[in-house]
Amino acid sequence: MKLVICAGPATTGKTSVLRHVTRRLLSGGLRPAFLKIDVQFAEEDAQFSEEFGIPARKTYSGELCPDHCNVMVLGDALRWAHREGCDALLVETAGLCLRCSPYVDRGLGIVVLEATSGMNLPYKVGPMLSLSDVAVVTKIDRVSQAEREVFRAGIQDAAPSVRIREVNALHGIGIDPLWEHVLQAPEVCFDGNGEPERLMLRGNPPVGTCTICVGKREIGWQSHFGVVRPLEQQIFYRGE
Amino acid sequence: MVRSISILGGGGRDAVAEPVRRVDLKMGDVVSIVGPTGSGKTTLINDIELFANGNTPTGRRVLINGEVPPPEYRDDPCRHPIALITQHTTFLSDMAVWDFLHTHARVRRDAADDGRRTVERTLEFANQLTGEPIATGSRMTELSGGQTRALLIADATVICDTPIVLLDEVENAGIHRTRALELLREHRKIFIFVTHDPRIALLSDFRIVMQGGAMTGVLDTDEQERRLCHAVGRIDDMLGSLREHIRQGLRVSSAELEGIA
Repeated sequence: MKLVICAGPATTGKTSVLRHVTRRLLSGGLRPAFLKIDVQFAEEDAQFSEEFGIPARKTYSGELCPDHCNVMVLGDALRWAHREGCDALLVETAGLCLRCSPYVDRGLGIVVLEATSGMNLPYKVGPMLSLSDVAVVTKIDRVSQAEREVFRAGIQDAAPSVRIREVNALHGIGIDPLWEHVLQAPEVCFDGNGEPERLMLRGNPPVGTCTICVGKREIGWQSHFGVVRPLEQQIFYRGE
Repeated sequence: MVRSISILGGGGRDAVAEPVRRVDLKMGDVVSIVGPTGSGKTTLINDIELFANGNTPTGRRVLINGEVPPPEYRDDPCRHPIALITQHTTFLSDMAVWDFLHTHARVRRDAADDGRRTVERTLEFANQLTGEPIATGSRMTELSGGQTRALLIADATVICDTPIVLLDEVENAGIHRTRALELLREHRKIFIFVTHDPRIALLSDFRIVMQGGAMTGVLDTDEQERRLCHAVGRIDDMLGSLREHIRQGLRVSSAELEGIA
């Protein structure tokens, strides 16, 4: 089964990009299922099911991080898509805290970024960008040629191995090469009982237990143990 | 090396084949696209910018040097041979002018002179197009409409240095149009203007006529029009100076339009 996990900040055009990918998959004879993971509100599932007549559902992560939620539900989602007789699963997730990324060792990881969101964005989104396969840049028609080029150079600098695809998601322009990436990505295999193979996250999850998590409120790293960080320590976090 | 760009006519708006089946633009050509509002001028330059290959609503195809352009043109904006400046294009970055141009210059070329000279040339170019010199310390988003347009054109011409420049109704933007055309003519490129301005249209080598979403004609600027262009230029300059005097808060008289009013 084809697996596409699509992350990116809110309102960048993830849904528009996946809508065009869905259209291409359908015209290529593949039947995708769609899963939306959001914190507390989403209606994309109803849109996809109405527009394309494909199995679509959503899950609310609530107090969990959406990427944490993705780790929990992705196995179930693959089984569901398999039972529905689908050839592909498209997962759209709202990455939030920029410390981890939802991509797994199979399938394709897509991050959707908008060219309008500031020249430094590529340096700010961490593993959501650096561990993806393809960075899709949307809203390219809204900025100057110059800013487009500087934005792209920022992505190449922050994540040298990530392929960049610029699209006009409104009109579906530039989607064809993206669809080819979907077709070429390694598939998820299922055994005879409809069980997906074991999948692993690409990057390290963020540290989940620390002295602050267990309720120690005093300010200053000297008061904590385990995971500590002084002001002078600077790293560029890529999620590995 | 881009030597030419060809536009192959498509289905037009009503899927009826558009009358003009092929237009070839050669390096050094200055071309205008003319037609009423809503006639499809902007759609035509969008087709060109996207290297339409039968995959846009018009069904047009665009060839570079007679062939389908290589995918690298679309994939890498630094190799894309077209700069498009529309009525809506603007800067969203709040970086300082100098810092931004410097960053762009370094992205575009090797850091031989650290891009300083290129930035200086870009600012010189822009300042010849705008009445209000650009302060290099101002933020890009603080520039006036005219300054923004002037800087977009200068950036596309000097830093991007693309062989093809598309300019969509730049005359509305408060820049010195004739100076722009003179300066642009010094750079050997293909310039395509979407325009309602008779002076720009008559200074072009030829004009593509749009009607109802289709290319309906191609008119070479003939001898008579070239002569007329001088007279149009004089009237335009008179109006320009009249406009300038009014902007400066002065009184004007019929002497401003000598020989006309």
